[in-house]
Amino acid sequence: MAAATASRSGLRSALPLLAPAYLWLTVAIFLPLSAMVFFSFMTELPLSGKPWAFTLGNYAAFFSQSLYLTLLLASLRLGLEVTLWCVVIGYPAAYVLAKVLKGRSREAIFLLVILPFWSNGLVRIFSWAMVLREGGILDTALNAVLPFKINIDLMYSYPAVIIGLVHSYVPYMVLTCYLTLQAIDDSLIEAGRSLGASRLQVLKRVIIPLSMPGLVAGAALIFVPVVGSFMEPRILGGRTGTFYGTVIEDQFVAVFNWPLGAALSFILLAVVLVILAVASPVLRRAA
Amino acid sequence: MAGVQVSDVSRSFGAHKALDNVSIDFADGGFYALLGPSGSGKTTLLRQIAGFDFPDSGRITIGGESVERVPVEKRRIGMVFQNYALFPNMSVADNVAFGLSVRGEARAIIATEVQRALDLVQLGKLGGRRPHQLSGGQRQRVALARAIVTKPRVLLLDEPLGALDKALRVDMQIELKRIQREIGITTIFVTHDQEEALTMSDRIGILRDGRLVQEGPPEEIYDRPKSEFAATFLGDANIFRGDTTGDGIRLPDGTAIAAGAGAKLAAGAKASCAVRPERIRIATDAGAPDGTANMLKGQVSKRIFAGNNSTYFVERGGQTLKVIVQNTGVDRLAEGQDVVLRWSPESTVLIAAG
Ligand SMILES: Nc1ncnc2c1ncn2[C@@H]1O[C@H](COP(=O)(O)OP(=O)(O)OP(=O)(O)O)[C@@H](O)[C@H]1O
Ligand SMILES: [Mg+2]
Repeated sequence: MAAATASRSGLRSALPLLAPAYLWLTVAIFLPLSAMVFFSFMTELPLSGKPWAFTLGNYAAFFSQSLYLTLLLASLRLGLEVTLWCVVIGYPAAYVLAKVLKGRSREAIFLLVILPFWSNGLVRIFSWAMVLREGGILDTALNAVLPFKINIDLMYSYPAVIIGLVHSYVPYMVLTCYLTLQAIDDSLIEAGRSLGASRLQVLKRVIIPLSMPGLVAGAALIFVPVVGSFMEPRILGGRTGTFYGTVIEDQFVAVFNWPLGAALSFILLAVVLVILAVASPVLRRAA
Repeated sequence: MAGVQVSDVSRSFGAHKALDNVSIDFADGGFYALLGPSGSGKTTLLRQIAGFDFPDSGRITIGGESVERVPVEKRRIGMVFQNYALFPNMSVADNVAFGLSVRGEARAIIATEVQRALDLVQLGKLGGRRPHQLSGGQRQRVALARAIVTKPRVLLLDEPLGALDKALRVDMQIELKRIQREIGITTIFVTHDQEEALTMSDRIGILRDGRLVQEGPPEEIYDRPKSEFAATFLGDANIFRGDTTGDGIRLPDGTAIAAGAGAKLAAGAKASCAVRPERIRIATDAGAPDGTANMLKGQVSKRIFAGNNSTYFVERGGQTLKVIVQNTGVDRLAEGQDVVLRWSPESTVLIAAG
């Protein structure tokens, strides 16, 4: 009884603090999103007095043309690959930050990891374009060092898209893993070693299981936006950079078929949610 | 099983000498307590033996072999950490099984060994629990079971009872001692608690500022401390300072204090004498002089009654002396009373100054 009263008065006093966040969420996400749900069931945008009607056709379009499914699968694969690369690059970096480096050098490396966050996305992508194209920085540098002539032109290719996306998203993985790794007491590692486990065995049996929540959180933060990404694929991928996200973008900015774009978006959202719902308990149990 | 020899080991952190030329011989199968104030280097010494850290100079051998190039996991030691360091992602049984499982033992063997180790620490029924579902004392016992199940050569314990309350602590002391005897493992035990060190170990080493001040059996350290620090750190002591007379000292006011036979220092130098509070007899009159006893007059300033004994604080020449008297039901002295203190030279330890 007393506890219930206390928690209720706790909630009441917390309301002024929560209100701005909820208000913002309502205005910024809920309203536009419901408008989009509405659009996705319309034949035409209700602009310039065009006649319109309700339809399921936009959703049917996804299933009637195999192109959409092909692109969705390609995007899911892209999301998976980028997430894996982020784990491969981000986890060791987070480990070194949390467990090896101390003091000044940790701060310095942290800054380098966070830097992409603070730079503009377009600037970041176009810098990669300068690095990756033929006669670009990478090409020139390698040819200056190597005794034989090689041609490096990664621009407008799948690897270029991967490189750009991994660079943009790897900080998420580093940060989430760093937080969970840092919370692991060093004496657990020492206990494992004193019991006869090699460094690798301690990593496998103690550290990775204990940092699984960070890995899962990082993967979710990366996988979802990458599957819907369009900027990196378009700029770095060129003609090979057609993905589900770029098709949705086309509907909104080029073809001006908002209803179809909205429908495709919601299908993506549903697929991603199903994947997350299935994957996270599996990953958690593996830990 | 194996003994551990630490020879001339030094370890510095920056300009700070955490270990300064420490040599200790830990006997095979013995129970050795490392005692010392905070920051004296106890943990640092344990970490050198375990292999988590490496000495700047000196040598460590386990079972007669130098371990200079032997990594932690190959040293075959068992360690119990101050915070227990149980793996939170594993059950109690899996924690205990860890050492056997990384070694690749067969499942059936692991299961029986784990059960035996848990039975030994009287936690046979709790194998399925998670560490966070255990009490402090239970966690400590799991940590112990985990450390001994791999049959290590040496058991290292870093203040394992530090976080427990007094009653549980005494229980665990008895249990730890029982287990240690049962498996006869060389044990090095770090503690802050002098009583724990005295009751549990068969040898004690006292560290101060990274140096080994004195080491030996508990009785020897208690009865014949070699420094004022050792005398006051392990147990209570009344310290008198003055000039040596050869086999005793003369206090600044001229009173002579005789120390036990065998204690000899060059006459004239500064020295001190240490007397344990329970060795001093306290009385209201001088009684018959017996010629050999040391005698001082003073006044009781305070008395603390503790049931089986009383502690009297006696003022004498600007110094407060401590006297502990067993409760015999008679001779209770009041505060403010003039008293005579007597003790034999055999109860007096002569300590060179410095
Ligand atoms: N990794 C380290 N870096 C710098 N100084 C250290 C390090 N480890 C220990 N020291 C210093 O070495 C000295 C001895 O430390 P140690 O941990 O061995 O003390 P201790 O006797 O175990 O003390 P306590 O009883 O408080 O645990 C201390 O002054 C400590 O500050
Ligand atoms: Mg310590």
